[in-house]
Amino acid sequence: MRIHEYQAREIIRRYNIPTPSADVASIPSEARKIAERLRAPVVVKAQVLVGGRGKAGGVKLAQTPREAEAAAGAILGMEIKGITVEKVMVAEATKIARELYLGVVVDRRARTVAVMGSPEGGVDIEEVARSSPERIVKAHAHPMLGLFDYQARELALAMGLDGRLLRDFTLISRGLYQAFIECDASLAEINPLVVTDDGKLVAVDTKMVLDDNALFRHKDFEALRDPSDEDEAERMGRELGFSYVRLDGSIGCMVNGAGLAMATMDVIELYGGSPANFLDIGGGARSERVAAAFRLLIADPGVKAVLLNIFGGITRCDEVAKGIIAALREVPCALPIVVRLVGTNEAEGRALLAQAGLASTTSMVDAAKMVIEKARD
Amino acid sequence: MLDYGTNVVAGVTPGRKGETALGVPVFNGVAEAVRETAANTSIIYVPAFAAPDAIVEAVDAGISLIVCITEGIPTLEMVRVYSYVRQGGARLIGPNCPGLISPGKCKVGIMPAHIHRPGGIGVISRSGTLTYEVVLELTVRGFGQSTCVGIGGDPIIGSSFVDVLGLFEKDAATGAVVMIGEIGGSDEESAAEFIATSLSKPVFGFIAGQSAPPGKRMGHAGAIISGGSGGAADKVAALTAAGVRMASTPTEIGELVQRWGESEDARSERI
Repeated sequence: MRIHEYQAREIIRRYNIPTPSADVASIPSEARKIAERLRAPVVVKAQVLVGGRGKAGGVKLAQTPREAEAAAGAILGMEIKGITVEKVMVAEATKIARELYLGVVVDRRARTVAVMGSPEGGVDIEEVARSSPERIVKAHAHPMLGLFDYQARELALAMGLDGRLLRDFTLISRGLYQAFIECDASLAEINPLVVTDDGKLVAVDTKMVLDDNALFRHKDFEALRDPSDEDEAERMGRELGFSYVRLDGSIGCMVNGAGLAMATMDVIELYGGSPANFLDIGGGARSERVAAAFRLLIADPGVKAVLLNIFGGITRCDEVAKGIIAALREVPCALPIVVRLVGTNEAEGRALLAQAGLASTTSMVDAAKMVIEKARD
Repeated sequence: MLDYGTNVVAGVTPGRKGETALGVPVFNGVAEAVRETAANTSIIYVPAFAAPDAIVEAVDAGISLIVCITEGIPTLEMVRVYSYVRQGGARLIGPNCPGLISPGKCKVGIMPAHIHRPGGIGVISRSGTLTYEVVLELTVRGFGQSTCVGIGGDPIIGSSFVDVLGLFEKDAATGAVVMIGEIGGSDEESAAEFIATSLSKPVFGFIAGQSAPPGKRMGHAGAIISGGSGGAADKVAALTAAGVRMASTPTEIGELVQRWGESEDARSERI
């Protein structure tokens, strides 16, 4: 789950990481009041969960409260990569001498947490990783003992920090690492981490992504969820316990298992079709789950035909067939449907489908070709 | 598993000691079960919040092979647990996997056993049902399997492609290997390096998620293209460069294996 900059800022402040004074506004007059309170030039920043807001005009410097109000007026309601800006953060402007990068991630290859730093802050770190990977330094935290101060100092020295900055960077690294662990994050980054013209370190922009699998033990994080970050169908899918990702094609897919669901999309594309979604309905495929999945698929107006690809494992195919038939009784679907059904008791399952007038096949490639044909008609 | 002939000697459910389940005695804890039955393998199905505890309990009880089916364990929990498993000298398969099967011998998992046949192809995969798909393609073409291992779809898993490929290299029963990867992480790239330098057997591959958009998690916690890395094209390129014969659909895996099986070099080492 992605959270907003202002939410991530609140979190890292609890770990004693210095940030500019700031507050959040949803109407321009609030932005003016915040600027009046801060008594300084401010930066008005769009709060959206996509990158590239600066280039899109979603970040503006304001010298006076009146300018802040005008900037907020321009940014609020603006569309950035299809997302409407509903909130701005109004933050005290920082006098920048240098911009650094500090990030914490899970390093899958090393199977532990990595802390990364770079003297090239304020730009897209993935771009730095591509163009000048030697400008990124990395330290692996011990899985049990965590990040040691000496590791943070080594990063700081490699980034060219010295004196008081060396000590401050170590404290900030330790804080960000701690925040990452305690929040069950999958990403925590400060970019830029600014060296001010009076020699202090300030976290000017913060980004955090939280591990969806750990949200069950952070009930309070549910309040941080931005409903606009998910489309309606994705939200419904999540609440039903499905993995659903909306795409822009014409073939609705309903598959059991994530790997098979991805492979189904791949086969559809390979034969010239376009998947409307990724949907893993998981094990079981009982009628109520299939019915719920049908509702999700047919709610998408782009869907012209539906492909069910079920490989029965523990789930028996005759049960799946009964589930599909019951679901269609509950949610009438006028779209053409192709069912591919294999696995335990597949003959019984396909016989049941045939009785109900549903075409089925055992080959995934044939099923894909059939559904592509039907989506074209 | 009982139906398949797997020697299941004990079940563990705290507070249910003395009961039996399908004729198998139930114990309160893993250490006690190991003491009384000499079990050497543990399969874990408990919910995500309890699974890390179950894995550590198995390590401490001296279990040497731990198979964790459970999906949804927090990633940072697995970072700690993985490290503990390694220190304890145990081997962990999963989490978020279907388990493993050596057809005709033993099954420790939840896969449909009837699609498998004993034979010489080793199968390794990050997925569940997609593995069944590929196994069926092999079986209908007359290619049985030595062992099929689902390593799991999470970002941090107990055994990687490289770990299991090393075992297949040493396994006399395995004549060729099928590996099924997917988007996310760089485990397939590591596997490509290993295959190029240390694997003498032919390898066939498929990568799921070639049509997946970046930045979206495709069902598995580990299946996400992030920061321009983890995409299918890079993985296919790395594996192809390492000499792996790559298929563009699961069906094509069966066809590639069949073509190889009909060729001379396979016949010379009859599998």
